Amino acid sequence: MSAEVVPGVAPLVAGAATAPAAPGLRRRATRRRQVLRVVLLVLFAAFFAVPLLALVEFSTRGAGGIGGSRSFAGWQQIVDYPDLVGAILSSLELAVLTSVLSLALLVPTMVWIRLRVPQLSRLVEFLCLLPLTIPAIVLVVGWAPIYLWINYFTPRAHQSSPLALTFAYIVLVLPYSYRTIDAGLAAIDVRTLSEAARSLGASWGTVLLRVIVPNIGPALLNAAVLSVALVLGEFTVASLLNYVNVQVAMNNLSQQNSSVAYAVATASLAAVFLLLFLLSLASRRRTRGSSS
Amino acid sequence: MDASSPRSRRQVLTALAGAGSFALLAACSPPPSSSPAASSSGSAGAATSAEEAGGMDALVKAAKAEGQLNVIALPPDWANYGEMISAFSAKYGIKVNSATPDGSSQDEINAVNQLKGTSRAPDVLDIGMSVALANTSLFAPYKTATWADIPDAQKEPSGLWVQDYGGYMSVGYDSSKFPEVKAVSDLTAAAFKNSVALNGDPTQANAALNGVVMASLANGGSLDDVSEGVEFFKGLKGSGNFIPVQATSATVKSGETPVVFDWDYLAAANAKEVPTWKVFVPADATLGGYYAQAINKQAPNPAAARLWQEFLYSDEGQNTYLKGGARPVRMDAMTTAGTVDATAAAALPPVTGTPVFLSEDQATKAKAALASTWAGAIG
Amino acid sequence: MSPRRVTGGRLAWLGSLPFLAYVGLFLLAPTVIVAVGAFTDVANRPTLANIRVLGQRTVLDSFVDSIALSAASAVIGAVLGAVLAWVVVTGNPDGVLRRAATAVCGVLAQFGGVTLAFAFIASIGNQGLLTLALDQVGPRLSTGWLYELPGLVLVYSYFQIPLMVLVFLPALDGVRPQWREAAETLGGSSWQYFRHVAVPLLTPAFLGALLLLFANAFAAYATAAALISQGAIIAPLQIRTALTSEVLLGQANAGKAIALGMILVVAVAMTLYALVQRRSARWLR
Repeated sequence: MSAEVVPGVAPLVAGAATAPAAPGLRRRATRRRQVLRVVLLVLFAAFFAVPLLALVEFSTRGAGGIGGSRSFAGWQQIVDYPDLVGAILSSLELAVLTSVLSLALLVPTMVWIRLRVPQLSRLVEFLCLLPLTIPAIVLVVGWAPIYLWINYFTPRAHQSSPLALTFAYIVLVLPYSYRTIDAGLAAIDVRTLSEAARSLGASWGTVLLRVIVPNIGPALLNAAVLSVALVLGEFTVASLLNYVNVQVAMNNLSQQNSSVAYAVATASLAAVFLLLFLLSLASRRRTRGSSS
Repeated sequence: MDASSPRSRRQVLTALAGAGSFALLAACSPPPSSSPAASSSGSAGAATSAEEAGGMDALVKAAKAEGQLNVIALPPDWANYGEMISAFSAKYGIKVNSATPDGSSQDEINAVNQLKGTSRAPDVLDIGMSVALANTSLFAPYKTATWADIPDAQKEPSGLWVQDYGGYMSVGYDSSKFPEVKAVSDLTAAAFKNSVALNGDPTQANAALNGVVMASLANGGSLDDVSEGVEFFKGLKGSGNFIPVQATSATVKSGETPVVFDWDYLAAANAKEVPTWKVFVPADATLGGYYAQAINKQAPNPAAARLWQEFLYSDEGQNTYLKGGARPVRMDAMTTAGTVDATAAAALPPVTGTPVFLSEDQATKAKAALASTWAGAIG
Repeated sequence: MSPRRVTGGRLAWLGSLPFLAYVGLFLLAPTVIVAVGAFTDVANRPTLANIRVLGQRTVLDSFVDSIALSAASAVIGAVLGAVLAWVVVTGNPDGVLRRAATAVCGVLAQFGGVTLAFAFIASIGNQGLLTLALDQVGPRLSTGWLYELPGLVLVYSYFQIPLMVLVFLPALDGVRPQWREAAETLGGSSWQYFRHVAVPLLTPAFLGALLLLFANAFAAYATAAALISQGAIIAPLQIRTALTSEVLLGQANAGKAIALGMILVVAVAMTLYALVQRRSARWLR
């Protein structure tokens, strides 16, 4: 199998000059590849853009139907629905809470398991993949009695707050967060780093917060990004547990005023995109091809 | 690292045992919380009529003290509930929290069970008859001031549930796209290709069930035999006239579902989106259906719940239903007394046939038939 | 090797207790509740009636349709997603394209439900934007298929492809350009490099992502509910009917039995996934 050959060859090649065999051939191939990339990008962009454009068109439809005048009433009326704004804010709080708490639960556990109890790593991996196995609509059926207890312990004033969904959402983001953090931890040598820090007198807290976490920064950010996207897009669990998050609020709104509802939907997609884009700017990029 | 080692086997077993014990704990219900609202409402909270509560004024006072009312599954365009809610809110200064407008009757019951003991539990329920009959243990009996006006067949003797409004199953359509519909069989014409939708699945939603029964009546079936209706829709599907998408106000507005089998009072909502919307109630298949009102036994705002009932069954409330195109349950009594809103009554879609209603036994038979035949016919 | 014990003693596992307790309460307990509910009736007496529901024609058909839909959208999503991931990864790793593409995929991978369904209705439905536009230039598209399984496959691809990109990009990142250069130095063509180096290296990650997409599609429910409200043709819709139908009452435990069936199907898929995942991690280290 040629794959076994490659690791043997790579060290030989790494130091040597990497002049290609036929420069002209290479340049033509690269240009062809560029054209192919652009064509593919355009096709994919068209596929993803068309339904979104249709949503925008529907939300700006005036009295004359599809060929008639455009009306921005749907967009302007977004502010007339304070319940919606409240739901958006709660969802954002929920997103932040879920990502922070899920990381706080996962990172120390995964570091501890790598360092002290590697026998449990398989069990933890299995548990973290389990939420993908069990569909959300099934989990909700099982969560119903547990949420009865959560409601019982919640003070009356806060019983309508969707923040209680954090418990459920942490479970839903487990698979994505686990994989991302696992990849990040695998890329650094946790054992050496922690032993070095410990031998210099650091406590476990310092080891975790000041040695390991900064080194897996990009992975943590990635995990946070995936959690935020999942929480903001989640509908099934919230609606079946009778909480009002942004998706449930938008769905309720679509009964009353469909133009406003789909204007909000498109706006929220754009907003989340902007959020994720800005978050990605905050991460340091490891340049492609550097062997770490 | 070996998964079959006794140590990791022990771990897995411990994990399962832990999960099992958690599950057992969780499956038991939490103790019923003594709802502070019930105790503060005093007698109004458990009253079975306004007199028991100490008179209407005492009831109003207790309700205002509670300050809130939780309603569920009341879309604003369904039988004019939007106006009903704002009128009630304005009259008594009580904030109405309207949850899950697109919920089914079963969703309402699920919410009652899921939110038991919390401040968000629904106070009042507006549900289909089958669901009402199956869940009377969850309701509190209450007789409104206008109890006597309601026919005996349309209320439970102790007031556990009372029918509130109803309508006839109809075919709503966009008259700018299609010629006037004069019979249900018109819908099999080629002009209706990709156009006809039901409001939901008949094994899922009450409105859709009645739609199929009405189609059955119009095609030679009877209240006891829904197979003609299934055959009719199967034919529509085969000729490409039927689309399985869920009909919503958005799909009506976008023109995706220009023909919908639905209750006649829901046409008002569709007419808002599509001004040329018309409604057709067949003379040979005038299938009526009423919804029922009930109070949650463990309502967090019991006095407000009872005041809401009083409001719904008052002349003002019943006329609000009428304005929405629904037939209020006290219509006959109000027409005799002259308190009915004449213009709204005149605006109701003309009904020429003799109305028939599905009895519970007939409904059960229809449901069983649909459960076994619908998916095969329409899939 | 340091004389200090590398792994913890018997009590070391206590460090993972918070995690295990949390998962036990919020993940395993609900699963056990569902599993137990599948074997009890409304009065909490043990019964096999719910399991027998799984043998009904409509339920079996819904499982077959679910598996077919999930497999088809997984394959399409995986192949097209891998292509898109390749397009993105061959660009500047710090550039706008990569960041924007990752952000777009992050948003669209979780986009679903009624809004997605309506977006497709509004674009290729009978009165959709694209349909009407194409009407001007040519014969009418036959649009009935949007409301059948093929339509669902297309709509599911809308979130499967971005999910594939998100999951597969790290794998593509791990393919070092030195390997391509080495292959070229040894006289291999692009095709040979692709066939003998890239494909074997990426296959484990690809298969893992494929199985992930399958599980994702299998569990998806809100989108299908909005598009095909008739007939509960896939398994999650059968569960919905059992839980929320206002016509067929008392079916909640039958829903739990169907849920158990779904868990079993996906458990098989995910076991394969876990095995494949371990293999791919070894290759990329």
